[in-house]
Amino acid sequence: MTAVHRSVVYDWLRHDKKFPHVWCPGCGLGILLGSLVRSLAQGGYDKNQVVLVSGIGCSGRLPVYVDVGSVHTTHGRALTFATGIKLAKPELKVIVVMGDGDATAIGGNHLIHAARRNLDLTAIIVNNLTYGMTGGQYSPTTPLGAKATTAPYGHSEPSFDISALTVTAGASFVARSTVYHVTQLDQMLSQAIAKKGFGVVEVLSPCHTNYGRQNRLGSQVEMMKSYKKQAVRMDRWDKLGSAEREGRFAIGVLADHERPTFWETYQGSVDRAQAIRKEG
Amino acid sequence: MASSKKKETAKAKAPEMERMEVRLAGSGGQGLILAGLILAEAAGLFDNRAVAMGQSYGPEARGGASKAEVIISDQDIDYPLATRVDLFLALTQEAADTYSWDLKPDGWIVVDSDLVSHPPSSRAVALPFTATARDKLNKPMVANVVALGAITELTGVVSRKALEKALMARVPKGTEALNKKALAAGSKMAKAYQASGQLAGQEPTSEDV
Amino acid sequence: MAAGTSKAAGKAAKSRKGQARLLQGNEAASLGALAAGCNFFAGYPITPASEITEYMSREMPVRGNPFIQMEDEIASIGACVGASLAGRKAMTATSGPGFSLMQENLGYAMIVEAPMVVVNVMRGGPSTGLPTNVAQGDVQQARWGTHGDHPAIVFCPSSVAECFELMVKAFNTAERFRTPVIFLADETVAHLREKVILPAEGDLEVIDRRRPTVPPDWYVPYKTDGSLIPRLADLGEGYRYHVTGLVHDERGFPTRRADEVEPFYARLFGKISRHFNDLMLTKQYSMDDAEIVLISYGCTARSCRAAVRLGRERGIKLGLLQLLTLWPFPRQAVEAALAGRKAALVPELNMGQISREVKRVNDGRTQVIRHSKMDGTMITPEEILGRMREVA
Repeated sequence: MTAVHRSVVYDWLRHDKKFPHVWCPGCGLGILLGSLVRSLAQGGYDKNQVVLVSGIGCSGRLPVYVDVGSVHTTHGRALTFATGIKLAKPELKVIVVMGDGDATAIGGNHLIHAARRNLDLTAIIVNNLTYGMTGGQYSPTTPLGAKATTAPYGHSEPSFDISALTVTAGASFVARSTVYHVTQLDQMLSQAIAKKGFGVVEVLSPCHTNYGRQNRLGSQVEMMKSYKKQAVRMDRWDKLGSAEREGRFAIGVLADHERPTFWETYQGSVDRAQAIRKEG
Repeated sequence: MASSKKKETAKAKAPEMERMEVRLAGSGGQGLILAGLILAEAAGLFDNRAVAMGQSYGPEARGGASKAEVIISDQDIDYPLATRVDLFLALTQEAADTYSWDLKPDGWIVVDSDLVSHPPSSRAVALPFTATARDKLNKPMVANVVALGAITELTGVVSRKALEKALMARVPKGTEALNKKALAAGSKMAKAYQASGQLAGQEPTSEDV
Repeated sequence: MAAGTSKAAGKAAKSRKGQARLLQGNEAASLGALAAGCNFFAGYPITPASEITEYMSREMPVRGNPFIQMEDEIASIGACVGASLAGRKAMTATSGPGFSLMQENLGYAMIVEAPMVVVNVMRGGPSTGLPTNVAQGDVQQARWGTHGDHPAIVFCPSSVAECFELMVKAFNTAERFRTPVIFLADETVAHLREKVILPAEGDLEVIDRRRPTVPPDWYVPYKTDGSLIPRLADLGEGYRYHVTGLVHDERGFPTRRADEVEPFYARLFGKISRHFNDLMLTKQYSMDDAEIVLISYGCTARSCRAAVRLGRERGIKLGLLQLLTLWPFPRQAVEAALAGRKAALVPELNMGQISREVKRVNDGRTQVIRHSKMDGTMITPEEILGRMREVA
């Protein structure tokens, strides 16, 4: 799969947490977990300096398996806790794992403000187009017309484009990948984690149990393979006409630019405050 | 306490004060909360009495009725708001109407002569705070300080010295002279008022009600 | 970090040592927080608590500590819990509408045992209610606001001096018991200015949370010695443990096993209940020979103090029991205050949120009279004295 040795998995996963994990067979979260620990290992990060934060949902259970400081918070609020952790200890590498409902419905306000503030955090948003843990209700990313347990006659709302949303809100780095494109996913995660500022990786991941079956998308394997057909690399995406883009999505880096982080600009306030106080 | 000597002297001079309730009322932006603060600091920190100041305001940052209440006493202050007001200052008609229902029968009523056309009582002292600040000091915003100077001169609610110290500690740098002038102008108009005999023979008493 | 913090906060207290100042309740609460070592603040503007947020925005940068105005109150308390887990003494300040939003993460702080202080300056509710008026309607919300059964520690000041003292107590209690503590002020006390003399640096006891002393490999995050209060490791210090809002076992991992769930709750309650006597703060005024006792708290206790003075001038033997701790409810003090009295009057700015507790404790022995006021203004001493006819 990748060049990283399997011992990485041994080094970065918790041994005192009982496996197997909670996720269904065919779920993409296990692949993401592998990709994340490979990226952390390749980046040479110190386990003691990494904190993983998550919200509620299937993705919320991811940090517990990783041998770092892990904080499983409330639904939609993971970024707020991460903000506190990062401001309290700016030297820490704080990575937040959220689902689509978690990050863009209940946590949507926190997401756009975290991007605007550009605090040095990494947000991994696992997009499976549904609320998997609670049984397949529609989320802000569920496509128009798709079936959900709360849209038995087809979904009547258009969906959010998470990556476009976070680009607009001001994130320093935004990328999209899928759990099928594992090598690219490793790269995107590595870049986002290394990036100074708010980095977002939208990870498309199938939920066969609660989305695929309702929408007759075939087996777990077929759902996984569909990403191969639908995903288009950024360089090719730019050349596609709108008709060709129908039913497909771009993967790769959508935004990558330098902006001062909140902590950097806040240091300006600290300096001014201290200078004023010194003058009396 | 480093400054205890000074404070003791100040206290020795000042007569023993039972609970004295002051209400400063006007419209938001007239600086009455700040005036209350200066009065409270004068009484508490420089005349060394117990002091409590409450304020009430509406949602408007400018306009709307606003009031500050300062309770001054040589005893511990239990109830911190006014119940029977000893000294009422009103800088707008609305404030004069809204906040005059619980005045002490023989208490002081001081109003702005230009902005309050119908004072709550015929024995009210009407003085031109805003006009003086605007026309003589060219700064309408110091009307609150002019008023403080006047009520202090009229009532002795705080010592003149304490008021000046509290005022100087509060005002922005560079406006000290202006504020001192405003204070003096208030003092002067109160003295002139007293000298003109307008108060003579009509020192307010409870029979006036 | 804790030691450095205490020093910095100590300096703040020292420079004001023994000096009389005219302070607003919200200012005194902020100063109390700094003196107790508060070194993280996240908040969202709301009347009548904004002065605290503004004060912290001035003072935190001076000390090189983080201040952040978040996108809402949910985010504010979330940031505080995160900062607390990373070793900071965190505080947020709000009023009713924001306090309602905070209930979710207040429960989280409770279950993960993150020490922090939440200020709620009460105004008229429900909803937007009376934003600039005083009320005491959040007393039961402070006790039961977040879902699920849980302990609660709530302090309530009635003066500017108490704002400072109780805030120090709130931080010390949060750190000592590893729990969020609610500082429940009201609009009158928060906006009241009074002359206070802050205690000197040496007179202040500042408590820091107990951190693990064992090496990381030996650290079992929720295992406790006899105290029932587990040691809290700062995130990023080598203790790579798991924190979750799910009920968890001693190692911090989610559990649904009845034999692990039951002791978890028992410990959460037990760590507070075994120290009830340290937590239940009250003050007494003229209680020795009182025939009628007033039981009150917050700004209303000030009305009661005046009523006691005025009542005694008129020959009514009144006394006051002031509750500085609302939760855990100071049962013993209230029982003692009620014993042998003709009657008890409980004045409050709600429809009887504490009087029902007094009645519960009283168990039918003494006549307990509720005195409620819901018009956005304080209860006056005369209003209290007016009720005396019914008693006599």
